[in-house]
Amino acid sequence: MNATNRNEQTALDRAVLEIDVNNHPGVMSHVVGLFSRRTYNVEGILCLPVDDGARSRIWLLLNEDQRLPQVIKQAEKLEDVIAVRRHAADHAVFSQLEAFFQA
Amino acid sequence: MTETLTGAQITIRLLERQGIRTIAGIPGGAILPIYDALGQSTLIHHVLARHEQGAGFMAQGMARVSGQPAVCLASSGPGATNLLTAIADAKLDSIPLVAITGQVPRAMIGTDAFQEVDTYGLSIPITKHNFLVNSAEELLEVIPRAFEIAASGRPGPVLIDIPKDVQTQAIEVADWPAPGTARPAAPAAPTQIAEAAAMINEAQRPILYLGGGVVHSGASHLAVDLAEKAHLPTVMTLMALGSMPVDHPLSLGMLGMHAARYTNLALDECDLLIAVGARFDDRATGKVAAFCSQAKIIHIDIDPAELDKIKTANLAIGADVGEALTQLLPAVAENTRKSWGDRIAALRMEFPLHMPEAANPRSHFGLIRTVAACLDDSAIIATDVGQHQMWVAQAYPLRRPRQWLTSGGLGTMGFGVPAAIGAALAEPQRTVVCFTGDGSIMMNIQELVTAAEENVNLKIVLMDNASLGLVHQQQTLFYGERLFASQFKVTPDFIKVAQGLGIAALDLDLAADPAAALQEAIARPGPCLIHASIDVEQKVYPMVPPGAANREMIGA
Repeated sequence: MNATNRNEQTALDRAVLEIDVNNHPGVMSHVVGLFSRRTYNVEGILCLPVDDGARSRIWLLLNEDQRLPQVIKQAEKLEDVIAVRRHAADHAVFSQLEAFFQA
Repeated sequence: MTETLTGAQITIRLLERQGIRTIAGIPGGAILPIYDALGQSTLIHHVLARHEQGAGFMAQGMARVSGQPAVCLASSGPGATNLLTAIADAKLDSIPLVAITGQVPRAMIGTDAFQEVDTYGLSIPITKHNFLVNSAEELLEVIPRAFEIAASGRPGPVLIDIPKDVQTQAIEVADWPAPGTARPAAPAAPTQIAEAAAMINEAQRPILYLGGGVVHSGASHLAVDLAEKAHLPTVMTLMALGSMPVDHPLSLGMLGMHAARYTNLALDECDLLIAVGARFDDRATGKVAAFCSQAKIIHIDIDPAELDKIKTANLAIGADVGEALTQLLPAVAENTRKSWGDRIAALRMEFPLHMPEAANPRSHFGLIRTVAACLDDSAIIATDVGQHQMWVAQAYPLRRPRQWLTSGGLGTMGFGVPAAIGAALAEPQRTVVCFTGDGSIMMNIQELVTAAEENVNLKIVLMDNASLGLVHQQQTLFYGERLFASQFKVTPDFIKVAQGLGIAALDLDLAADPAAALQEAIARPGPCLIHASIDVEQKVYPMVPPGAANREMIGA
């Protein structure tokens, strides 16, 4: 599994995941842990509660990688994950934030 | 009727309602309220392990033989961290386990309090799910749900971390939740079953590849029926041993790193691989690109994340394997497959598993075969991890699902003795044999005293080569014979150790008639350690060198 760097260097594109989760301490660890334990970097994270606060929505910006389908399947197995939707890299959620991230 | 109960009392009542009758654990400060409540239970027998890892593996032993979730208890901090190896082992082998740990009071969490550790955070990657309970009310939801999660779909361990003040919080309880049980699995799509049947019917050289999921699903008899109807030569993973009797005419035994040569060569020639509840582990496949390279693949697994993970299947069916096989069985045509059967027979003749000295009880294979001759199929066979484990996997005539307890995925030395104690506690009518090595047994040897205390019907067969045998073997074969840190310079007197820890012991080395001595020791009820020296130069053969294709085996 030393392929991480090669995988990430040859990443063709970026992907955006939209993940609906139960809102409680620990959910973020469960979700991002799936990536960190595969040495798969998460490029961007956004999370806010939705509706009455019982649920949250996590947005992740990722390098497209051959491991992504497996991580999505693993995310779908998490008890606190309600749904995972995959979007293309040009999704507005991160591009609209660019102004906050200028050096 | 409304009762006022503490969180601890609610916890024990919920465990009783789940049908839990035996719990292994060790008390400590942060779980004392639960222990106080457990002490009042007339239904649950507590087994006091001597190390929390032992408690975790005892619970695993109970779960592995029964198929039902089993429970272990530990306190906060080191109690919890000591459990982690047994939990991780359960995760990799898909064993339903509910681990309950005490935690420091909520107000002290995050203060580096005495015996505080982030049990929740530590257990995330090694559990199927975990909980940090925030109130006594939550226990009424969390505990049944933990059992439901542990038992549903692909089974696995669930951890519940309960702060001490939640254990002591008293609330009124009017209604009890239903016990948590496995959710029914979604049925396989009929179109996929039809497609699978067509592929099997068209195949010239199919092989059925059974994994641990067949055992977990209770589907062993269905797998055997399918193999017989369609005449499918059948290989098993380490976890699936026993799902088809190894002496069944269609059984090719275990596949992979320490398979018989004919088994791996047959896989190399197959044109259809039917993987059932198996996950293409690297010890089974060898070099993945070369594994069954001519074959189409049907992969049936209850865990959708296993499908296409290692090998892309031509037909991937996400379903409970028992349910899928039930549908598949009538759709598959009877077929004698004469030419494939002849080819398999020829391979088996030309490249058999060599079992030298199988009649000599002072040899490694002979010892295993002699033990087997003392027992019938009702016995439970556990192992530790190492050379002895592979030799038992190769040589013991396993014939029954759940007969075989071994640490497959994590490969945990120290698994054997406590898991075997758990098995003996769960099924006291059976004889339990644990094959172990002198390296492995030292990793949980303290549990011999637990075996004595519980007077379990456990026979520990210690194969002693005064070394870490698999390390010794790899250093000999692949590291220029530079033996380092694999040979023990001082070895314990295991007979005295066993006797000192309160169990009977037999030194087979000193027995004039080892077969008779074995027979007598195995027949005598209660725990016993049987010590037998074996030759350190013996290797687990044949062997696929690390990274090689399965057809490239070395050794006898």
